[in-house]
Amino acid sequence: MSKVTEKYPLDTHEQRLTVKDPHPRHDTQGDVDEDERLRRAMANFAKNMNRTTATYMEACVHCGQCAEACHYYVQTEDPKYTPIWKLEIFKQAYKRENSPFGFFYRLFGFKRHITVEQLGEWQELIYDSCTMCGRCSLICPMGIDIATLVGQARHGMFKAGLIPDELHEVAQRAKEEGSPLGATASVFEDRAEWMGDEFDTEVNIDQEQADILVAMSSIEIMKYPHAIGATAKVLNALGESWTFRTEGYEATNFGMMAGNTEWQKAATMKIINAAIACGAKLVVLPECGHAYGALRWQGAAMYGKPLPFKVQHISEFLADVISSGRLKVKKVDQTVTFHDPCQVARRGGATEAPRVVMEALGLDLKEMAPTGDFNWCCGGGGGVVTIHRADKLRYKVFELKMDQVEATGADTVLSTCSNCRQSYNDAKEHFHWDKNMESLLELVAENLVE
Amino acid sequence: MELLDFARGPGLQIAVLIFVAGLVWRLVHLFLAAKKSDISEARMGGARAGGLKTIFSRFRHHEPFRERTRNGSVLAYTMHIGLVIVVLGSAPHILFIESFTGLDWTPLPTLVIHLAAAVTVAALLVGLGRRLRHPVLRMISNFDDYFSWLITTLPVVTGLLTVAHVGGRYETLLALHILSFEAFLIWFPFGKLMHSIIVFGSRYTTGITFTRRGAKV
Repeated sequence: MSKVTEKYPLDTHEQRLTVKDPHPRHDTQGDVDEDERLRRAMANFAKNMNRTTATYMEACVHCGQCAEACHYYVQTEDPKYTPIWKLEIFKQAYKRENSPFGFFYRLFGFKRHITVEQLGEWQELIYDSCTMCGRCSLICPMGIDIATLVGQARHGMFKAGLIPDELHEVAQRAKEEGSPLGATASVFEDRAEWMGDEFDTEVNIDQEQADILVAMSSIEIMKYPHAIGATAKVLNALGESWTFRTEGYEATNFGMMAGNTEWQKAATMKIINAAIACGAKLVVLPECGHAYGALRWQGAAMYGKPLPFKVQHISEFLADVISSGRLKVKKVDQTVTFHDPCQVARRGGATEAPRVVMEALGLDLKEMAPTGDFNWCCGGGGGVVTIHRADKLRYKVFELKMDQVEATGADTVLSTCSNCRQSYNDAKEHFHWDKNMESLLELVAENLVE
Repeated sequence: MELLDFARGPGLQIAVLIFVAGLVWRLVHLFLAAKKSDISEARMGGARAGGLKTIFSRFRHHEPFRERTRNGSVLAYTMHIGLVIVVLGSAPHILFIESFTGLDWTPLPTLVIHLAAAVTVAALLVGLGRRLRHPVLRMISNFDDYFSWLITTLPVVTGLLTVAHVGGRYETLLALHILSFEAFLIWFPFGKLMHSIIVFGSRYTTGITFTRRGAKV
């Protein structure tokens, strides 16, 4: 039986991934006193400190240039959204507790103790106004990967019970039910069967042996289920030995975004174990940015050794099979622009793959400016799209995207991330905007040469 | 003991001792921190080369960032290049370095040094004004930023006063110039001046991480 509370009912009819009952505040979880919250926050921030992150903490010269790369600062000009400022209290704690001259700071009181009130204030900066898109990491003259440090700060905030309620709830649902959106294994099987009928193709589930394990995101399963049929259609057209596995079908990782390493590991291990169980040589991840980072770059660390299979984002897989001539697609007479999901492109290195696919489709691609690795984030990543109180800010930063898209003159935006897609579609509804965001995978599936 | 004797003798010895000890301690502390190995399958090889490349590539912003960072970058480059010219191009400095290392090279013309020093001071002053006025810089700045600014500016200003013989006896001005440099040495390991060393580590680390991923560095 699920242990999930009913405090925040699911809001499945909305475009976005969310729960009901928003209220403006900073949130707390658990019944612990303030000293204990503080101790947990700092201990868990420091626990993950290693040579890399310590070097980053020591390197900042307070040049402030990271602000110029951050969509939150650029759109609001509020200095509190300067990326490195989002880490200020953690930097102070590091200097006081972990730095080489920490004893001086403590002896002379140069760095004051952080208070739990400050941590509460910083909740907005660590969660609501950072998608961990990593644009600031690319501008930093010192080469500091600020997004990684924000992720580390989230570990401390989670352990202290100081994260936004909605994100906590979504992450907890994912842990307890196997999906943040109620896409349980039986729901997934129902939807897979439906999509099999819809696409008139076989959707393989729980094959004992398969070369390829495929996973979906909950957002796709619940909101964009055509992704299931499109994936099956492509893999069947290729004649691949492939399967979904009900013990590891869901690739999103809200534990990672919330800052809970145990939940992150639990979600990752489901896919790893499913892949091992069916002897998969390749795991193909869905159109989901953070799911890609969670398994492709952090999966081995969760597993404790190198993964015994390869991992590809669906766009990389499509680019490979199209480039090798195994998959033929029809030309599409359409003018589009492309939104690069931050975790796949800038943070993941798979920037060219979707362009290979779009070229094969003969699309008239009008690139945004800036594009590719320098693309502006949709504003919904890092769990931000779940946080109601962040809506106003999220819409404000989305105006950047709208301007970018309008400047291209394209009617359709393609992307390879369902989280970006729901952020777009939610903002589209909010602004009564006429631009659609569609899935590159689904476009490929619609235009197979059979 | 005259002030100049102190500056050239025990003062310098103490400053160098603190500089070296602080530097070693700060770097050892970093190296002693646990090393986290990345065991994900690399998309691309040449991670170390990518790390080295990043050390140099981050000297210039990627094109999409240049417009918004132009003022800060111009100021930073003016100040840093000015300092390098003054520190390494001035004949007395070369003599000073030669006395420790045996290395010497041809000094730059005095006029160039004076001009570079003046431009450096101007850049430092504009930089300070910017830090005090720009909402982002004002918010994120702390004691270290302002003290490091002071400790960097003083040797340049006292150097200019010394060569111009303005504000006191030459010996006194020279002593103050050397003492301000010693203050710079003493503060170096404790504050942000260390970025001149740590920058190589942070750029290299990020370069390795994202080169492995095949991502932009």
